[in-house]
Amino acid sequence: MKELSHPEDAAGQWKSLRSFTDARIALGRTGNSVPLKESLHFKLAHAHARDAVYSTLSLSELTKSLTKFNLPITPLQSQINSRQEYLQRPDLGKRLNKSSADQLTSLSSPASDVAIILTDGLSAKAIHDHAFHLLDLLIPQLQSSKLQLAPLTIVEQGRVAIGDEVGFLLQAKLSLILIGERPGLSSPNSLGAYITYHPAIGLTDESRNCVSNIRPEGLSYSVASQKIFYLISESLRRKVAGVHLKDESGLIS
Amino acid sequence: MEFRHTLQSTTYRFESLKELLAKAAPSRSGDALAGVAALTYEERVAAQMALAEVTLKTFINEALVPYEDDEVTRLIIDEHNTSSFALISSLTVGEFRDWLLADTTTTSQLQQIAAGITPEMVAAVSKLMRNQDLISVAKKCEVVTRFRNTLGLKGHFATRLQPNHPTDDLRGIAASMIDGLLYGCGDAVIGINPASDHPATMTSLVNMLDEFRERFAIPTQTCVLCHATTTLDLVNQNTPVDLAFQSIAGTEKANKSFGIDLKLLKEVHEATLSLNRGTAGNNVMYFETGQGSALSANAHHGMDQQTCEARAYAVARKFDPLLVNSVVGFIGPEYLYDGKQITRAALEDLFCAKLLGLPMGVDVCYTNHAEADQDDMDNLVTLLGVAGCNFIMGVPGADDIMLNYQSTSFHDALYLREVLQLKHAPEFGAWLYNQGITDDQGKLLPVSNSHRLLNHIN
Repeated sequence: MKELSHPEDAAGQWKSLRSFTDARIALGRTGNSVPLKESLHFKLAHAHARDAVYSTLSLSELTKSLTKFNLPITPLQSQINSRQEYLQRPDLGKRLNKSSADQLTSLSSPASDVAIILTDGLSAKAIHDHAFHLLDLLIPQLQSSKLQLAPLTIVEQGRVAIGDEVGFLLQAKLSLILIGERPGLSSPNSLGAYITYHPAIGLTDESRNCVSNIRPEGLSYSVASQKIFYLISESLRRKVAGVHLKDESGLIS
Repeated sequence: MEFRHTLQSTTYRFESLKELLAKAAPSRSGDALAGVAALTYEERVAAQMALAEVTLKTFINEALVPYEDDEVTRLIIDEHNTSSFALISSLTVGEFRDWLLADTTTTSQLQQIAAGITPEMVAAVSKLMRNQDLISVAKKCEVVTRFRNTLGLKGHFATRLQPNHPTDDLRGIAASMIDGLLYGCGDAVIGINPASDHPATMTSLVNMLDEFRERFAIPTQTCVLCHATTTLDLVNQNTPVDLAFQSIAGTEKANKSFGIDLKLLKEVHEATLSLNRGTAGNNVMYFETGQGSALSANAHHGMDQQTCEARAYAVARKFDPLLVNSVVGFIGPEYLYDGKQITRAALEDLFCAKLLGLPMGVDVCYTNHAEADQDDMDNLVTLLGVAGCNFIMGVPGADDIMLNYQSTSFHDALYLREVLQLKHAPEFGAWLYNQGITDDQGKLLPVSNSHRLLNHIN
């Protein structure tokens, strides 16, 4: 039996637990505290997350990759003017600014089944890292099911609910918004997907279904895409979303 | 009713009790976002001075949300116990603050008045109290609850072991759970926030937790923190559910945004009770709350966020919970901007809930978009330990890799036990000793490579 008061001693069988999870386990201890090496790792991860919060969307880069899908692409902005304001005014991040709203209205887009919206949320890095790869699986599947897609939109400084306004103005039956999630220490670039049936301004969380933690180390692109496809199909078929629609797709989660 | 206070040449007017409470609230970003906060430092203190003169009886007569419009208001008014209220019914809010702090006011008197005070009275008095006052009174309250062990005894504190995994991987969860138990965590509950809401996943998680707990005969309870409707399905399928979980808020409309109402909570409470799985007692509900949830659902009715939060405690106490905790820093900087605001809110939540008779814990936490870090959490966890917080979270390395936020670690709990000499829940403490995890004083022992918990998975 080894004394665990020295950090190196979190070893053997205990340490092997780490093969089962990325959680910070088998850290050892010095007295009651975390060993210094781990303490500094933690600070570094926090620094990465802070940097992700302040990352920004590159419209030119995104547009370039999304052209592959042969859909019109419309860049939009919320009512937010700065990152500091974004962090303190969620109300303004849920609504399009006037010129963006006018722009969508003037598109007079034909009625569609699904509007796909991309927004930075709390990690523009997540959109840059994962949105294209996810859509590369999902969009062909939606198209082969004969679903009509609205123009793709990219919203700067947006919150989840901004998808409702965009979906409404595009006259889509359902909105799917991809958004950078609140960065975690081990996941500065995790992507979330929210589905709303009959999007309209003023809906709240119980009207939505969520697929979260989309990234290679979390929910893979292919499983995420299958889940989203299932939820979209069921939502359109049953004409509901949110707490009334559960994920019974039988997929391993 | 209008309230006013004059300072030299300026008379401050407050059109309603609701407005007076909001203006008297210590500063926080969420009240500014809602447009209900005091506009100047002076206005805030004027509101506090006016509030100090208001009688507690006023709160019985002036509902902040109309009785007809809101089932939480109806619950508060209908359940108000006038005989418990008798002892303090002649006091103003200011006198109530002094009474709470008086040497002559005992723990058992605080327990006696619990059913006679309303959330709004408690919220009001908290606004006149400094952090130190909140700590002093919270420490004096004792709220004991039981399921398979005894939680909340003075001189004790517990942890919820939170072994979340981003894909609900059963072995990943088991690894974190074993790690936590070897640090002495898990007496409040072993509780998983599932990543999925897939019913089959919920069933396998509940079964896994129950088999593990049975195998090692751990005197604690387990919980998968899914929506109440899902728990109801699980109970109806005879899945071994110990505790039913639900997030709750302080208005009917905010609860609706969570997909719940009082009727559903009653149904899930009764269903879970019917399983009759508790051995030490029958508190079967686990609730989470947090300042800002009503506003985020646009369901705050012009109230400040701390008053809304206190009203959620009326919902909680209706169902005799085993555990309630505020997830204080989870909601983000638009409601609680920095470490100072998070600390203040946590102490308010603990004070209000304990005074109302709830077994209150706090998820001492922050997100990466808040102006806070580990140092702020170290300070807060120490204050909560002093204030007699029933439990905190135990998350591996303080990093929840599923929910993406920072909470308290297994090590943080060890630290708190050591510096404040706080013990585990007695039944759980005895189990830790029998497993060779702690000595007879509850102090952690070195762990053998061949410990049976380690062998479970390896």
